Amino acid sequence: MRSNSIKEFRSFKKADYFSKSTSEFYLLPFRFIQLSENKELVVNDLGDFLIVPYGTVEKIVVKNIDPASDLYMDLIAGHFISETPIPSLIDVMATKYRTRKSFLEGFTSLHIFVVSLRCNHSCHYCQVSRVTGSKLEYDISFENLELGIQHMFRSPSPHLTMEFQGGEPLLAFEKVEFAILRAKELNKQHKKSLNFVICTNSTVITDDIADFLKIHEILISTSLDGPESLHNANRPKTGAQSFKLVIEGINRFREILGKDRVSCLMTTTVKSLDYPKEIIDTYLEYGFSNIFLRPISPYGFALKNYRKNEYETDRFLDFYKSGLEYIIELNKKGVFFTEDFTVILLQKIFTVFPVGYVDLQSPAGLINSVIVYNYDGYVYASDESRMLAESNDFTFRLGHVRDTYHSIFYGEKARKITDHSVIEGLAGCSDCAFQTYCGADPVYHHAVFGDMEGIRPLSEFCKRNMGVFLYLFTLLDTRYDEVFPIFSSWIKHSLSRQV
Amino acid sequence: MIQLFTKGISGNIQEPVIARIGELHQNVGKLFLIRDYSDLGRIKQLDKSAILLFDSNLNEELRQDFSDYTQVNNLNTEHLSTGDIIRIGTKGEISTLFRENSQHNSLFITDRCNSNCIMCSQPPRNRDDLDHFWEINTRLVALIPKETQVLGITGGEPTLLGKRFVELLALLKMELPMTGVHVLTNGRSFAWKNFVEALSLVENQKVVFGIPLYSDYYATHDYIVQAKDAFDQTMLGLYNLERYNQRVEIRVVLHQQSFDRLPQLAKYIFRNLPFVEHIAFMGLEFVGYSITNRDLLWIEPEDYMGQLEEAVLFLDSMGMDVSIYNLPLCLLRPVLWRFSRNSISDWKRDYVEECQTCGVLEKCGGVFGTSKKLSNRIKSISR
Repeated sequence: MRSNSIKEFRSFKKADYFSKSTSEFYLLPFRFIQLSENKELVVNDLGDFLIVPYGTVEKIVVKNIDPASDLYMDLIAGHFISETPIPSLIDVMATKYRTRKSFLEGFTSLHIFVVSLRCNHSCHYCQVSRVTGSKLEYDISFENLELGIQHMFRSPSPHLTMEFQGGEPLLAFEKVEFAILRAKELNKQHKKSLNFVICTNSTVITDDIADFLKIHEILISTSLDGPESLHNANRPKTGAQSFKLVIEGINRFREILGKDRVSCLMTTTVKSLDYPKEIIDTYLEYGFSNIFLRPISPYGFALKNYRKNEYETDRFLDFYKSGLEYIIELNKKGVFFTEDFTVILLQKIFTVFPVGYVDLQSPAGLINSVIVYNYDGYVYASDESRMLAESNDFTFRLGHVRDTYHSIFYGEKARKITDHSVIEGLAGCSDCAFQTYCGADPVYHHAVFGDMEGIRPLSEFCKRNMGVFLYLFTLLDTRYDEVFPIFSSWIKHSLSRQV
Repeated sequence: MIQLFTKGISGNIQEPVIARIGELHQNVGKLFLIRDYSDLGRIKQLDKSAILLFDSNLNEELRQDFSDYTQVNNLNTEHLSTGDIIRIGTKGEISTLFRENSQHNSLFITDRCNSNCIMCSQPPRNRDDLDHFWEINTRLVALIPKETQVLGITGGEPTLLGKRFVELLALLKMELPMTGVHVLTNGRSFAWKNFVEALSLVENQKVVFGIPLYSDYYATHDYIVQAKDAFDQTMLGLYNLERYNQRVEIRVVLHQQSFDRLPQLAKYIFRNLPFVEHIAFMGLEFVGYSITNRDLLWIEPEDYMGQLEEAVLFLDSMGMDVSIYNLPLCLLRPVLWRFSRNSISDWKRDYVEECQTCGVLEKCGGVFGTSKKLSNRIKSISR
């Protein structure tokens, strides 16, 4: 530098020298929705959001924003507008976008093996089959199991989770045992991180099973629907009380594996809707610090018994809201307890990290994240897909384990499904404010509408998710100081478990 | 305050010396501190390559007795001790380069800088001093004890060294593999991906880059650092560092121009820079340019405490590691005390009269002895 230019460089300039602010800014892609009478929400492709006064979007569009205002700075910093046609930090934006979508990098990581359709329970909402315990033809064959495991290891994902489902998988324990030992054997060569989950009703545990679970550090996912009367009403088991058996099972699993390796899923039925508090109390009473307020899905027997289980999405939303309110109250009293669906959404809203929840992904989680090897050797795009197949709808059957990996995972069917699973391009989703946080569910929409995209204004999936998103953002807008400390503690807890 | 420079009368020093003060009684080293007549006997046994530092309390006649030795005499040696590494100039100037008993040692790379921050505590100079300090630092690194826990790299802007900056990281990895290296840089040079790629090849996992970000809004940051496009360059630099798995800390200096959007900045950091391993919010050292720009900068910490609290608690609630530097406990709301660190370098740290009766003095990091203006709300806290 010449000396006069150095002198110029070292002289202090005023703030406006550095500002490129202009009322002729450029709009970056974002979507919006009215939150309340006087607020609206804007969300961009990267998940950045702002809650702003009603009418702000219009002002952005007509470029009536004061360049000296905090709002202008918020919009620039949040990547909603740009002073140049191509934002100077477009590389940063690209990285954030890529990070959000990085669940796609590894491809299929969750491999579900339906080792048997047999079950010792007969639940009226059961989403698959219920056959008596004697029908050995409903177990997967060793040959098909082996072929499925080989496909699993063809997945490029460095992380594999092998999940055993049924029926009741522990009724076919020899298959579970074989599969885990075989996977571990093959993994000596593949060296992936490998986890095992067994979804069980916790009523079938022998000493042999117990020893095996302990040695192989298996995670247990079981079902607890709420208080004894509700749980038993949902899960009538011939000659025994399911609730007592499940609680005994949970205690037994905890003794064997440690408390943190046993988790519970609950299914919301029509009967559940009046008892959010009681259900949560049951979870608390039995030592759980989380619950997933999960709606029933309309597949398999659930679809057949849809009338029995059918309830208005509005009633489910009321159930969810009162459950969440109750959980917020618990947290305010110092009880750390989380609602898992809320945690998933909060993580999507507040962080740039990918959230591995297959029901809210775009492209959808089926095939990309999850695959199902059914008891009969057929391969399905998701757990719900094989449930549909139980009512003779084979739309999402991708092939048989005997077929090649390529034909199953990249075949014509897989490609067709993927075409309908990117919400960025779906009618009703493409301009939705919550798009960045939401996902496609081709299986649900196919089941209900007969086509994989469906009609958003009529979709219960859409209505439910919109309802939950609106509720969470309203909480963040109107009760931030009260809910944020609780929500952030949930996000922090969830992030620390992922590291 | 501890001084790091002194000057005496030199004898026989032909060219600058960089050496570590040895242990005369064990005859370790070649540079010795002579404070006491009882040491004189030992000196006579030393060979003529020894370098002697005579304290000013020793008699002038020594100069005659030891006139053939390389020496500096008539020195104030109070701040020097065995193990320190010093540089002796030909005119008897003695700068302390490394103090064995301190956690606050740094390699000073240059006085030059490509920014011109309005609150710079050590204003840049425009002379080309890179070779001068490079010579000193490369000699110094070889002398630093291998068990040293942490070593700073500072300036000016150290990355102005260019390729030699990469060499320096490699040298540190070789000479001081156990030592944590903390680089203070504005991060702008890291906007060049190939530069970050080159330094990542050194694979020195002990290096952390401490990089300032003063606002989520580019123009405010650029104004504070007085450089157009600095925000974008620093952001791209931070992303490049993450891309190449480098460790990063964000540093935010608190003053009148930066406090207003601290809550937004905290959210911006979590949203855009969740990979940084530490965020430090730092009270202003009121010296250098801060004095020139006092009207633009001065604010009582009490007046930004609300914004600081919101920013710190937000980042903490999201699981980020947050610290507050350079603010005495009496100026912080008690809810923020757990974030306060003893951050002021030992040689700059000071306490005022009020502090003598304070009940939390031993937990407090004090104030900058270098600051030309301190808050008038410093007060002792009863237990």
